[in-house]
Amino acid sequence: MPKPAAIVGQIILYGAFAAFIGYFATAPTYKQIPDDAALIKLSMSHLGGRECRQRTAEELAKMPPNMRAPLDCPRGRSDIKLQLELDGKPMFETVMHPTGLSKDGVSTVYKRFEIKAGTYQLAVKMNDNLVNPGFNYVKEAQVTLKPAQVLVIDFNPDKGGLFFQ
Amino acid sequence: MSVHAALRGNAQTLFERIENFFDASFGGADNPLRHLGALGLYFLWILVATGLYLYTVLDTSIEGVYSSIGYLSQQQWYLGGILRSLHRYASDAFVLVMMLHLVREWAYGRYYGFRLYSWVTGVPLIWLAYISGIGGYWIVWDRLAQFSAIATTELLDWLPFFNEPTARNFLAPDSISDRFFTVLVFIHIGVPLMLILGLWAHVNRISRVDYLPSRRLMLGILASFLALAVIKPALSGAPANLALVPADLPLDWFILFIHPLTDITSPAAVWTLIFGATILLFALPFLPHPKAQPIALVDAANCNGCSRCHADCPYEAITMAVHPDKPGHKIALVDRDLCASCGICAGSCPSSTPFRSQEKLMTGIDMPQQPVDAMRQQLETELGRLRMQPAGTTQLVVFGCDKGADVRGLASANTAAISLLCTGMLPPSFIEYALRSGVDGIMVTGCREGGCDFRLGMQWTQERLAHQREPHLRSLVPQDRLRLVFASRNENKQLAAAANEFRTQLETRMVTSSKPPAYSRRTLHHA
Repeated sequence: MPKPAAIVGQIILYGAFAAFIGYFATAPTYKQIPDDAALIKLSMSHLGGRECRQRTAEELAKMPPNMRAPLDCPRGRSDIKLQLELDGKPMFETVMHPTGLSKDGVSTVYKRFEIKAGTYQLAVKMNDNLVNPGFNYVKEAQVTLKPAQVLVIDFNPDKGGLFFQ
Repeated sequence: MSVHAALRGNAQTLFERIENFFDASFGGADNPLRHLGALGLYFLWILVATGLYLYTVLDTSIEGVYSSIGYLSQQQWYLGGILRSLHRYASDAFVLVMMLHLVREWAYGRYYGFRLYSWVTGVPLIWLAYISGIGGYWIVWDRLAQFSAIATTELLDWLPFFNEPTARNFLAPDSISDRFFTVLVFIHIGVPLMLILGLWAHVNRISRVDYLPSRRLMLGILASFLALAVIKPALSGAPANLALVPADLPLDWFILFIHPLTDITSPAAVWTLIFGATILLFALPFLPHPKAQPIALVDAANCNGCSRCHADCPYEAITMAVHPDKPGHKIALVDRDLCASCGICAGSCPSSTPFRSQEKLMTGIDMPQQPVDAMRQQLETELGRLRMQPAGTTQLVVFGCDKGADVRGLASANTAAISLLCTGMLPPSFIEYALRSGVDGIMVTGCREGGCDFRLGMQWTQERLAHQREPHLRSLVPQDRLRLVFASRNENKQLAAAANEFRTQLETRMVTSSKPPAYSRRTLHHA
C-alpha cells in the first residue's frame, strides 16, 4: 500500500500530466495571418500551347492512309508566362514550365499572398504560348477584400479563362 | 569524450534524476518514465477502442462529418463526447511518450549493437504516428481541420512528387466532395493498422514485452484523462469555410506544430529538418559507440538442457536445440545478433554454483569477459582477505552491477565488493557460499526497479532470492542477513548509506538469525 505522501505525489503528477496535455492540445492559439489581413491565392493548372504545322499534300501522300493527320504537333508544351499586378504595380511574375519528362504535362502554380484588407485594382496577365508576344489572357478588376477573406485567382477555359473567386 | 557522448551522458543523468524523483511517488513498477513504451501501447489501445466508436457514428458526407462529430460533443457528451476527448488526448499523450521514449533510449545508449533492430524499426513509427495524427484532425472538418489540410498539402507540394499542387483540392468551398472524407477515414484507419504492424516488428526481438503498464498506472492515467475530458472536452471549432482564413486556431502543439514551423521558416527548411532527423536517427547506431562485449558461450559438456537460460534471457537470444552429445537432452544456442552480453543466462544456470569441486569452475553458459570461475576466484580472494580481519569485525560482501551504483567504492578492510555485468548474473548460491564462509551479511544491489539496463536482471534476482524463481536461494540462508538495494548509476551515496545502515543492524544485534552452517572446503582451489 503506498504511503499517503506517495498518493498525494501521484495525484499531483497525474494532474500535472493531464494539465500539460490538456493545455498544449489547444493552446496557445495560433494566428496564421493578422486580423486585418486577407489572402490572395494564385493557383493554376493549365496546358501550355504548342506550335502546330500544317502538313503539305506531298507529306500527307507519303504517310500511311490511317496516319494522315493534317497537323504536325510537337509533343512538348510551351512555358506559360504569368504576371500579377496590384494597383498597377507588379506583384508577382513567373514562367511556369510544363511537367513531365517530355514536357508535355500541365504547367502549374500555387502561391499565397498576404495583403491588408481593402479595395485594390487587381490584374492578371497570362501568355500560354510563348511563341507569341504579349499576353493572350488578361483579367483586371477592382476587388474588395474583407479581413480573413480568401480570393482565388484561377484559370479555366470553360469559364472564359482567368477568373477571380 | 566526444560531444555526442557528453550530451548523451548528461541526458542520461537528467533522466535518472527525474526517474528517481518519480520513484518517490510511484515506485519503480508504476513509474511512468520507466515504462514509456508500454504507456505508448496503452494510449494506442485507448485510441483504437475510442476510434471504433467514433467510426461507427461518423457520417462521411461534407455536411455530415462536421455535424455527426459535433453531435457527440453536444448532445451525447456523456458517452460520445467523453470518448472523443479521450481519443484526442490519448493521441497527444501517445506522441509525447513516443518522443520521450525515443530520447530516453538514446540517452541510455540503447540504439546500437543488439538493440539496432528495435531502434531502426522504431524510426518509421514516428512518421506513421504523425501521418495518422494529422489526418485525424482533418476528419472533424472544422476551421482547424481546414488549416491543417491546406498547410499539409502546401508542405507536400514542395516535394517533386505531384503533377498538380495538391493544395488546389482546398481552393474553394466547392473543391472537395463527400468521397474525400471516405478516403480520409480509410487512411486514418489504415495508417494506424500499419503502425500496429510496425510495433509488432519493433518489439519482436525482445522477450516478455511490457504490452501494458501496471494496472495502477493505467487506472491513474485513465482517471486523469476522464477528468480532463469532463473539465475540458475536445470540441470542434466553427465549420470549415475555404473562402476564409481561419483565425485564432486552438492548435494542438503536440501534433500540428509542424504548420507554424513551416510558416515561420519554409517548406524547404521543414523537409530538410524532417528528412535530416530521420536520416540521423537511422545513422545513429552506425556512429562511433562503445565496442560490443563478447557474447555468452555455451559449454556443451556442462549444459544439461534445463532451459532456464532460455526462459530468463530478456532478448530471446537463446534457443534450445537437440544436444549433440547427450541423447534425449537439449542444449542452449546463443544468437550472436541478439545477445546483450548481460550474463543473466550465467546467473540462471544451475551449474554456476561455487560449491562445485571442480578446480576450474565450468558452467553450462558463461560470459568470456567475466566467467563464473573468475567470480568464484574473486570471491575466494575477498573472503580470504576478510578472514584476515580481527575477530568480531562485521564483514560484508556486496554484489553489484556495472550499470548501477558503483559498488567498488564500498570496498574496505571489512567489506568486499564485487561488480558484475548485471546483477541478474549472480547465481544465488554465491550468497550462500559467502555467508557459509563466515561473512556476516550480503548486500545485493542493482538498478532501480523497472530501470534495469537489461530489462529483467533485477526482477529475476528478486524472484530468485525470494524463492520464486530457479535457481532460487536456498532456505537455509536467513533473509535478515541479506539486503537487496536498488540504486541507479548516480546513487553511490545512497548505496553507501544503505551499506552503513545494514552494517549497523548487523552490529547492534538487530539481526537475530544465526549464520548458516559453515562450509568445509575440501579442495585446494577453495583457498
